[in-house]
Amino acid sequence: MPYTLTVNGSERSLESRDPDQPLLYVLRNALGFTGPKFGCGLGQCGACTVIADGSPIRSCQLPISAAQGMKITTIEGLGTIEKPHPVQAAFIEEAAAQCGYCTNGMVMTSAALLAQNPKPSVEEVKQALAGNLCRCGTHDRVLRAVMRASGRQKT
Amino acid sequence: MAPYIGTATSRIDGIAKVTGAAKYAAEFNVPGLLHGSVVTSTIAKGRITRLDTSAAMRVKGVIDVLTHENRPPMADNDQAYKDDVAPPGSPFRPLYDDKIKFNLQPIALVVAETSEVARFAASLVTVEYEEVAHVTDIFAARDAAVPIKPPASPVGFTPPKARGQPNRALARAAVRHEGEYYVPIEHHNPMELYGATVIHESDGKLTVYDKTQGVQNVQRYLCGVFGMKPEGVRVLSPFVGGAFGSGLRPQFEAVLAVLAARALERSVRVVLTRPQMYALGYRPAMVQRIALGADADGTLDAIAHDAVTATSQFEEYFRQETGWSGLLYKCANAKYEHKLARLDLPTSCDMRAPSAPTALFALESAMDELAVALELDPLELRLRCYSERDQNHDRPFSSKALRECYRQGAEAFGWNKRNGAPRSMRDGSELVGWGMATGIWEALQMPITVRIALTANGSAEVACATSDIGTGTYTIMAQVAADMLGLPLENISIKLGDSTLPNSPVEGGSWIAASVSNGIATTVAAVRNELLELAKKVPNSPLANAAPDEVKLADGMIVDERDGSRSVSIADAMRHGGVERIEQEETTNPTADDSRARNTHSAVFAEVKIDEEIGVIRVTRVVSAIAGGRVLNTKTASSQILGSVVWGIGMALHEETLIDHKLGRVMNANIAEYHVPVNADVHDIKVIFVHEHDDSNPLGVKGLGEIGIIGVAPAIANAVYHATGKRVRDLPITLDKLHP
Repeated sequence: MPYTLTVNGSERSLESRDPDQPLLYVLRNALGFTGPKFGCGLGQCGACTVIADGSPIRSCQLPISAAQGMKITTIEGLGTIEKPHPVQAAFIEEAAAQCGYCTNGMVMTSAALLAQNPKPSVEEVKQALAGNLCRCGTHDRVLRAVMRASGRQKT
Repeated sequence: MAPYIGTATSRIDGIAKVTGAAKYAAEFNVPGLLHGSVVTSTIAKGRITRLDTSAAMRVKGVIDVLTHENRPPMADNDQAYKDDVAPPGSPFRPLYDDKIKFNLQPIALVVAETSEVARFAASLVTVEYEEVAHVTDIFAARDAAVPIKPPASPVGFTPPKARGQPNRALARAAVRHEGEYYVPIEHHNPMELYGATVIHESDGKLTVYDKTQGVQNVQRYLCGVFGMKPEGVRVLSPFVGGAFGSGLRPQFEAVLAVLAARALERSVRVVLTRPQMYALGYRPAMVQRIALGADADGTLDAIAHDAVTATSQFEEYFRQETGWSGLLYKCANAKYEHKLARLDLPTSCDMRAPSAPTALFALESAMDELAVALELDPLELRLRCYSERDQNHDRPFSSKALRECYRQGAEAFGWNKRNGAPRSMRDGSELVGWGMATGIWEALQMPITVRIALTANGSAEVACATSDIGTGTYTIMAQVAADMLGLPLENISIKLGDSTLPNSPVEGGSWIAASVSNGIATTVAAVRNELLELAKKVPNSPLANAAPDEVKLADGMIVDERDGSRSVSIADAMRHGGVERIEQEETTNPTADDSRARNTHSAVFAEVKIDEEIGVIRVTRVVSAIAGGRVLNTKTASSQILGSVVWGIGMALHEETLIDHKLGRVMNANIAEYHVPVNADVHDIKVIFVHEHDDSNPLGVKGLGEIGIIGVAPAIANAVYHATGKRVRDLPITLDKLHP
């Protein structure tokens, strides 16, 4: 079956045998977007998060048939090396990326949060990131980075 | 130019990591790449009697199913499977024969055009077994545990000898405490799944992108297993999505991907599933008995530390499990006993600060209990037992600022406001508990080789086959090189994670920062010497009479340290000498001086708040004061300690690999049911680096990746006791254990 996906502002056509194929697999394999990470494939870790129509979504749980028609943003489309998104810049400044593997999910979830709620409280940020696992233990760093990106500082 | 060493320099790889540009092992794509899916055993012990792959082979898109029956040849001797850090024994050989040694053991690899097809077809492989009785419970194997044998190889640890007359000292002690402590199996659970992409090059050579903490270890191992020439295999690992010790030894994804690539002469990727990650190594379960004897004034007189740790039936993995006890505190009499319980599991392995967090959970809980028995403040007890010498080997420490850790940590925490009586402190309806513990780890340095290529335009490439597993190695290498070469940070490029680069040990034991930074210093000295020779040949050279150790490189110049006005620019020296590029490669060996003990130390203070009605424990504050020598980068170093403290919270309250001992199978083999700390569990953590000068190596670096976890779990357990009056001696401290 042919599918057309809108990823980072461009329309991408592809073939899939399975309407339930998770978006993550399509992004990483067929389309070459490896920014979204494969941490479990079970919707448990949040490393595969993309922004779909403004909301953070676990791409390992989103079938391509449902992703069709949505505006998908991956971390590759959020900012660039030359002009990073404020969340990306804050993640560098606050050392919120260690091994970097959960970073995609943390950045995308935070960017979606700030788009909807530009001045969140610390508790609101924690709540938004409740489902994003990190094993390096960057939690405090991530929180500070999101507060920095929002123009506030975590006390 | 202000120095970079010691500053809060942001990661040079940060931009790649936050934009998705950083590529991990399973993210390198080539046309025609095949995908492998692993089939694993469903029994813990026995042999395969029938393996039917016909249904899998009939699936459209399946290329082959490899098993022990049809695989290409692999080495048939243990030595070939011994990697750089293999423990004594007979290493596991993936797809070697019909024997099953542990549950989830890889027994077949389905190779297909897509990962989805491979995974589906893998579900169609049927297996019949002849089962044999297994044991996976350390308590069931405890009585049969055998004393460790000090290893013949340089890798491994020789347990310290007993000293004094510990039995007599225990018998006569005014105050005694004896207790049994348990830490369960824990798994590393890095966020990145283990994966390898093997590219079959047109000349038949293999390029292997693997998730590993040691590319050269994997390269040597693959050459051994498959009888390949070193030049035929290149292993790369530019970014590693966490490893924490699980990637020190080569893992089976690399073997299976190479096996398939060789069999099919195609490029192949193998990625484990999250549940299959539980077939890798783990922190061994540990049952410990500690006996402490003290005088009435609180000075320790006797320590006895016995431990039983888990290993597999085929290898003997252990570290320095018991010796920490007689090292940390002044105590004339000490004895140790360490036994191994053989279980039908994969071999246990290093996991963040192997042995110390578990051993110190027991020791530091026991010290807290001794303080209660002595009616002494727990911090005061530590100060009364403070050791200025390594009594295990009767030698001084190269440096030990632990006293200052206690002082600064206690002050930052507000320890002097503690009411010592259990259940005495409250915050509204919640019980408040304050606990503390000490940490100790080794400050190690390993032989390492660094190559530096400097070009006349003032840029330098620094190359070493080490890894950056998220610790910040890229960044500290660049900082050290920039300072020593006298160049801006942005002029330094770092090459690592490639087996063709100059030799490096695996990245573990917190030894890479000390090894690679001093390695860079050695190679920079060679570059400087070559530059000085060129500078002397410049007409009327102001450095004509300078000796190599009298000049330094600063701001793009070769400068006389005695008289800063005497200098030649690097560019001029190289141009005048007709040299466009200087390349030096040097090996740095650590000092062979064993006359001093080299350790890092920490003092950890923790606050818990406990809602007794619903049993919820929150770690609301942690202060970790670290004496770890010179800090190269305060930002990445703090991250190492912050992350370690989070690991300590997990160890104390969450982490436990649960095994159904009847099936010999992990029950919670996923990261929803294997609990790790999440954002809701992490609150206020303060890291203090105490000043500590150490001259064991020129840069005074000790390494910080591991010291931060040690002492955190007992500090929390001690805080839980202080809050509730309930002593929990088996981790994790889950809600049910607090209920009456």
